Amino acid sequence: MKQPLHPALIAFAVVVFFFLVAPLVIILGAAVSDTTFLTFPPKGFSTRWFVKIFEMAAFRRTIVTSLEIAFLATGLALLFGLPAAYALNRYRVQLPSWLSTVFVLPILVPEIVLGFSLLKSVAVGVDMPVFATLVAGHTLIVLPYAVRVISASLSSFDFSMEEAAISLGSPPIKTFFTIVLPNVRSAVIAAFILAFITSINDVSVSLFLTGPGVSTLPIQILAHVEQFFDPVIASVSVLLMVLTVGVMAVVELTLGLTFLAK
Amino acid sequence: MTQPLTIERLSAHYGKVQVLEDFSLKIEAGELVSLLGASGCGKTTTLRLIAGFLEPTGGTIRLGDQDLTRLPAHRRNIGLVFQNYALFPHLTVAENVGFGLKQRGAAVPERAARVAAMLERVELTDLGDRLPAALSGGQRQRVALARALVIEPPLLMFDEPLSNLDAKLRVGMRAEIRQMQRANGTTSVFVTHDQEEAFSISDRVAIMQAGRIMQFDTPETLYSRPANAFVARFVGFENLIEMRVLARKGDLVEAEAMGGARLTLSQVEFGAIPDAFVLGARPEGLMVVGPDAPGIPATLGLRSYLGRAYQYLCDSAVGPLTAQGLLGAAQEVGSAARLQPVAAQCCILAPEA
Ligand SMILES: Nc1ncnc2c1ncn2[C@@H]1O[C@H](COP(=O)(O)OP(=O)(O)OP(=O)(O)O)[C@@H](O)[C@H]1O
Ligand SMILES: [Mg+2]
Repeated sequence: MKQPLHPALIAFAVVVFFFLVAPLVIILGAAVSDTTFLTFPPKGFSTRWFVKIFEMAAFRRTIVTSLEIAFLATGLALLFGLPAAYALNRYRVQLPSWLSTVFVLPILVPEIVLGFSLLKSVAVGVDMPVFATLVAGHTLIVLPYAVRVISASLSSFDFSMEEAAISLGSPPIKTFFTIVLPNVRSAVIAAFILAFITSINDVSVSLFLTGPGVSTLPIQILAHVEQFFDPVIASVSVLLMVLTVGVMAVVELTLGLTFLAK
Repeated sequence: MTQPLTIERLSAHYGKVQVLEDFSLKIEAGELVSLLGASGCGKTTTLRLIAGFLEPTGGTIRLGDQDLTRLPAHRRNIGLVFQNYALFPHLTVAENVGFGLKQRGAAVPERAARVAAMLERVELTDLGDRLPAALSGGQRQRVALARALVIEPPLLMFDEPLSNLDAKLRVGMRAEIRQMQRANGTTSVFVTHDQEEAFSISDRVAIMQAGRIMQFDTPETLYSRPANAFVARFVGFENLIEMRVLARKGDLVEAEAMGGARLTLSQVEFGAIPDAFVLGARPEGLMVVGPDAPGIPATLGLRSYLGRAYQYLCDSAVGPLTAQGLLGAAQEVGSAARLQPVAAQCCILAPEA
């Protein structure tokens, strides 16, 4: 009983697919070009631009910094976001309805403004170290995503399951880990991935908060293109994508597997 | 192992709203008691207080000689069966049933044996490896029951456990629950808003309204001798007629209703009749007779056919009444008649203050 697809639908799908894939193909092509300037289609084939990234200390450093910040900010966002999302849903009737809105406010503030205010208040005002300020800033921009994604999943969670477990002798905190968490696991993974990608690709907040000696990869890329027009940019972008996909895969696998191993 | 549950002067609030007020109930060891009442009367709230999910603002809850009032919920050792089953969707049927034993630190072999025995009892032996999503409603209900029973709690509580099942399954499960409860002799609290369900399953029933117990008695007593107008209406005494006694002659009492209708009632048939009282009558407790016979004068209205009798909506000086008449003598709408109380389907109540 399969319905034949309408030709227009197929054409539409092809166009969308093209728009999604084309940038990837172009960047991938440009990254392996055997030229000293950015070009597509690539002329020749070389992996030397990938090697070049690691020869440049600035890139080496910022890749590590970006990863550190992304992991820390994502971890913190989950650490705060998970209990917040839990409380917002568990005690929905007792809590005022505007409270959940508070957790999305950071999304509404333009990131540039957020970055600038953080610079003025925390970095300059409190004189917090650059790295810590960056982690704080990134935590702030990814927290709403964590809360929203986990909240959406918890909103359909039946909390009488939790009561059932408690009545069977499971203490409340343990119940959270054995009953609640396994049932919102995919949302936590999704929140992790979303937060991680948001952090590692962030420009606007980092732009204000990077300081002497401490920078993130996107900011370094920005600094690089201001001076050079070589395929390094393309290969760094490929690397960034590979990193992101790699983290996604690792998170899926480990969280997925620990769940199975339970 | 079986223990009485004693609730004394319990009260509970949601924010400023008082949901339970001065609620007392004593359930004997091994007894099954139903809480019966309309939606929102506080049945679930009562269970949540006993289970420890809600803190009372006053009063005590005791099981045997143990005071539960301040004990955390996970240490109360109460088996709970929820209306929506509340099975753990990420655990198999066997893991669901074994969950409580695991919390109690039972060794793996012992756990497996007890889970298997329990699954056999609820006839789910072959489904131990399934996830709850792959079960029918009735099977889920059995898992929920098995999960609560396997920990052998001194107290079992059910919150409308059958309301999601179809009528036939409901009656079957009802009997099963009753049998298991009897076999274990576990003190049980059963919440429902279905009167038939409550009466058929329980040793005693507490009829609740707005957070208070209106009457706590055996189904038989509730059905034939309600203590007040609320319970009377609840068990089907649709007609409540306020009366006062004019004269007494031996067993016979001559009484007058509002609007002047007079009745002569025998205390041998109706029981003791105080000077002021309310006559409660089921539709079949008011018999339609000819206009010249003794009884309450009425004008017959809408007639409906019930199979064993005709039922009439009537107008009378005491207000609208519902009465029944013999099949052989169908009466027309608008004709005058008298309504005679039939003692077996009537009750005598004290007037409401
Ligand atoms: N979390 C809550 N916050 C405020 N009021 C509540 C809350 N839960 C219940 N109530 C109110 O308390 C009263 C009793 O509720 P309860 O759930 O005990 O009723 P119930 O007898 O179980 O009804 P039902 O048959 O519909 O399940 C209701 O008026 C209800 O509106
Ligand atoms: Mg309820």
